[in-house]
Amino acid sequence: MKLLTLFLSFAKVGVMTFGGGYAMIPILEREIVEKQGWASSEELMDYYAVGQCTPGVIAVNTATFIGYRVAGNAGGVAATLGVVFPSLVIITLIAGILTNFADLPAVKSAFAAIRVCVCVLIFNAVLKLWKGAVKDKAALILFLLVFVLSLLFSVSPVVFVLLCGAAGIVLTRMGVRGK
Amino acid sequence: MILLRLFWEFFKTGLFAVGGGMATLPFLYDMGAKTGWFTEAKLADMVAVSESTPGPIGVNMATYVGFETAGVPGAAVATLGLICPSIVIILLIARVLKQFRNNPTVDAVFYGLRPCSIALIAAAGLLVAKITFLNPGVRTFPELLRWKELLLGVVLLVLTRAVSPLKKLHPIVFIALSALTGIVLHF
Repeated sequence: MKLLTLFLSFAKVGVMTFGGGYAMIPILEREIVEKQGWASSEELMDYYAVGQCTPGVIAVNTATFIGYRVAGNAGGVAATLGVVFPSLVIITLIAGILTNFADLPAVKSAFAAIRVCVCVLIFNAVLKLWKGAVKDKAALILFLLVFVLSLLFSVSPVVFVLLCGAAGIVLTRMGVRGK
Repeated sequence: MILLRLFWEFFKTGLFAVGGGMATLPFLYDMGAKTGWFTEAKLADMVAVSESTPGPIGVNMATYVGFETAGVPGAAVATLGLICPSIVIILLIARVLKQFRNNPTVDAVFYGLRPCSIALIAAAGLLVAKITFLNPGVRTFPELLRWKELLLGVVLLVLTRAVSPLKKLHPIVFIALSALTGIVLHF
């Protein structure tokens, strides 16, 4: 019963999350803290913060945390499946419809212009993340290295992630952080 | 067979994409180039749809790519692949949350990961910009640029960054605005 409630609650959060990220916090606050009482506001922020810096989608990570807290491992799985369920249904429907109309001139024109908007949105996302991530010279150098090398060579991003994780440890040991 | 491959590709994405939905973009870019499942232009369209529909954008993009590649089963498998690493990692961390947050090694690793993640997103963004603002196969200067697109880009940049009451609007507003502009001005 608890698992079903978790699934449904997080399905609701999934439907109401548009684009993810910070837009999700007030929705989680209302559903998880106020309505269900599964966590306090402070705990929610803790989960969100850890969810942000661990691999994977933040909304999914936060759902797994709260689900685990409420009903153990099974709860974590139920909450996570709940949060992705609406996406599965909605995107499958939209993708199915769009496939049939993709060749219409109006749809092509619309998407050519939407791509411009996507560029601007990605640029804005980078600027927003920049403040929290590139705080000193060493981080700036890491950024530039990865940016240039990933454009020059077609290496899997996995390689850069592993190398930079290691670089983080080395740079911290060398004491160059914050300079 | 393609379902297994989809699961594996998205498992890797879920395991290594740090910093939320947009961080999956460089992995999807790499995936498209390696497997030929979708083109760069198609990926940009999928990002747009994922931003303007309900659900976390990273999950939406996985579902979309999965559906385009192998129908409804593909959508389910790609999404499950993406969330599997999260479930395992978070369930492990949840047991030791306090120690995890205060662990100096974890902190050091993420110090290196954050600029890496942004650089990868920026590089993927630049590749999307290339197919958006430049005409393919043209090498002479003024013909190379797509002026209508560039102009719209500047307008959107000003609207989303400089005009105060508009900055806070949801991205869907700007996506809808762009779609209308594209249809009216025949992009």
